[in-house]
Amino acid sequence: MQLLGQARQARTRSIVIWTTVSVVAATGWAMLALSRGEDVSAAWMVAAALGSYAIGYRFYSRFILRRVLRADHSRATPAERLEDGLDYQPTDRRVLLGHHFAGISGAGPLVGPVLAAQMGYLPGTIWIIVGVIFAGAVQDMVVLFFSTRRDGKSLGQIAREEIGPVGGVAGVLAIFSIMIILLAVLALVVVNALAESPWGTFSVGMTIPIALFMGIYLRYLRPGRVSEVTAIGVALLLFVIIAGRWVANSGLAETFTLAPRTLVIWLVIYGFAASVLPVWLLLVPRDYLSTFMKIGTIGLLALALVFTLPTLQMEAVTDFASNGEGPVFAGSLFPFVFITIACGALSGFHALISSGTTPKMIQKETQVRSIGYGAMLMESSVAVMAITAACVLDPGVYFAMNAPPAVIGDTVQAASEVITSWGFVVTPEQLAAAAESVEEGSLLSRTGGAPTLALGLAAIFSDILGGETMMSFWYHFAIMFEALFILTAIDAGTRVGRFILQDALASTHPRMARFRSTGWLPGILLTSAVVVGLWGWLLWVGVNDPLGGINTLYPIFGISNQLLGALALGLCTVLLIKSGRLRYAWVTAVPMAWVAVVTLTASWQKVFSGDPAVGFLARRDQYQAGIDAGELLPGAADMGEMRTIVNNALLDAVLAGVLALLVLVVFADAFRVAWKAVRAPETVRLHEAPYVESRLIAPAELIATKAEKAELAKAGLGPGGGVPAQRRATEPAAEPTDEREAGR
Amino acid sequence: MSARTAPRRALAWLRWYVTELTGENAYQRYRERAERTDPGGPVLDRRAFERWRTDQKYADPTKHHGCC
Repeated sequence: MQLLGQARQARTRSIVIWTTVSVVAATGWAMLALSRGEDVSAAWMVAAALGSYAIGYRFYSRFILRRVLRADHSRATPAERLEDGLDYQPTDRRVLLGHHFAGISGAGPLVGPVLAAQMGYLPGTIWIIVGVIFAGAVQDMVVLFFSTRRDGKSLGQIAREEIGPVGGVAGVLAIFSIMIILLAVLALVVVNALAESPWGTFSVGMTIPIALFMGIYLRYLRPGRVSEVTAIGVALLLFVIIAGRWVANSGLAETFTLAPRTLVIWLVIYGFAASVLPVWLLLVPRDYLSTFMKIGTIGLLALALVFTLPTLQMEAVTDFASNGEGPVFAGSLFPFVFITIACGALSGFHALISSGTTPKMIQKETQVRSIGYGAMLMESSVAVMAITAACVLDPGVYFAMNAPPAVIGDTVQAASEVITSWGFVVTPEQLAAAAESVEEGSLLSRTGGAPTLALGLAAIFSDILGGETMMSFWYHFAIMFEALFILTAIDAGTRVGRFILQDALASTHPRMARFRSTGWLPGILLTSAVVVGLWGWLLWVGVNDPLGGINTLYPIFGISNQLLGALALGLCTVLLIKSGRLRYAWVTAVPMAWVAVVTLTASWQKVFSGDPAVGFLARRDQYQAGIDAGELLPGAADMGEMRTIVNNALLDAVLAGVLALLVLVVFADAFRVAWKAVRAPETVRLHEAPYVESRLIAPAELIATKAEKAELAKAGLGPGGGVPAQRRATEPAAEPTDEREAGR
Repeated sequence: MSARTAPRRALAWLRWYVTELTGENAYQRYRERAERTDPGGPVLDRRAFERWRTDQKYADPTKHHGCC
């Protein structure tokens, strides 16, 4: 009777709590959507985001875990069954969440939302939040689950096994091309942030010697002391940000004032060196530095936002959402806002992480909810912060920073005139003052998102820490933080591309097998050169694009990333169907269909749209006609630039088209397999690892329930969980970790 | 749980978390494991172990790293 009373009490409490959360979220959304003409506080952004995440996590992810995936708490995970102390290692769920988050998050969610802000804060925010709840987080969680059921196999391996060789090969090709485009676009963001900025160039350049020092320290002086060396590295990093100001005001300024083309050459040399040098020298220390900076800065930003609750200056929905004439990227809200947001709502690349390392460390199948779904919600909140930071800026300044020179010219007077004509009043003095506040020569056409985000961050941070005088420090701090991420991604991405290429070459012929060896230097040099050459070339094209590289290349990047997401969701759908969960296949099939429609529409428009601002072929025809008639069209200063525009447009059209075709091949193959599984279920062969009963005790969620705590205490285990001690006495080899002592 | 011990516990927890996250305890874990499975057998020193671990971890770059 008493128990029943307690249960009823708990239920009532739960209803009260979740009603409150819903009201908070709904109020947030209402304020964001319905405010017109008045200033909207970022508090409503926070309320809408956190409230929606809480509801999505509590209800939808639980439904997926229990009904759709039917995750089995008693089934041993690969970490438990195959524990080897290296790859396979049951890891405390809270630690693994940190690992997984550090693995999935990068520059993407910081850049995309900033660009999407040109359509106002509302469309971007809606897609970031709704998209993550129904697509992005679902993808990460489901991929993590299926990979855990398959001993932590990678997405590519699963695709080959479960779909077939045709889809598999097309998938690998798609991943390789996406990688190249991603690297080129990220590098372009860095180039735009550092060009003509001695302060930024100096401090970002100094990260290389800092990383080398850390690498040697870790290898020879004090092996394994990671936090120690990271603390030293971060201190040095802060020092070079301060020192950058001295350099910019000294005789050395000229040495570090680099033109975009010079920066491209340096980046290509850097990428090649980083891919060939041993990992411990550059990549490992960079990894530690960027992980720390990432988690630190994001935490700081979240706190600063909540404390200052700045006012959003951008309109909820700008005219660019419907007329498709936006200067940052062309095209209307559907489909382009969805592909621009990219990683903050759904990222195909996360599927590669969810299927690689994390499944080999997870203690319990039930933890895929907090780790897969939870980490992606955190990533999405980073995207919400990025769009907020962009929208607290004056819209006039925002457009001046993000429109290419072909549109707004290259003086503050011209820019102010053009932007004011769009309805965003801004004076030349305001634009000059904005640049001066962060000690940059000019902020015009600093496209790519990073400088805009940096300015927004600087405004928010300096509000609580240091005031006006600290603006320039925080701006360069933020530039450094983004450049650090991106350079690490270039390091790692070039290696991944090289590895895919080595693997592909090796499998073409037995005599090529030595390409696979990581010790065969000619192979490494050759494949690195090919990968660096490919993205370097695309980067060169972007930098020299008279119409602005970001607004041409970024949509292709967004499309490719979302196509990868659609592929991962498609694979999840096939797996759901093959494993007899047809009834619930909509959970991944609906977002897959949506993303496929969005991206294929976007691809179609980018290639075939009759509007030369959107469609590459139309743009080629327009400028070719201009060349034939001997007249210069807007954006081109001479006939050479006219020809560059024609060539670039053709190249971009081919890229967008080929990617879409590759993905269609994979889809067709996946559909064939799924159809077969529905028609003839008896022919289905799943590649799941067999059931083994788990002996490990660990809570399912981040916070243990009362019952779980009692179970842990009874088994003599700490909050991290583990295999009970009495079993350890009889089977010593099965003792997993020593974290139970440390965990206290 | 008095007011004095709560910050100390939080600090200890943070220290444990950082050690776990950075993998600084990998060597200790390896030694305990080696002693358990093969008492008296050869054990790598820390420098050799950390080298071996880095080389293993980064041998296949597709195994980790997000870009996005």
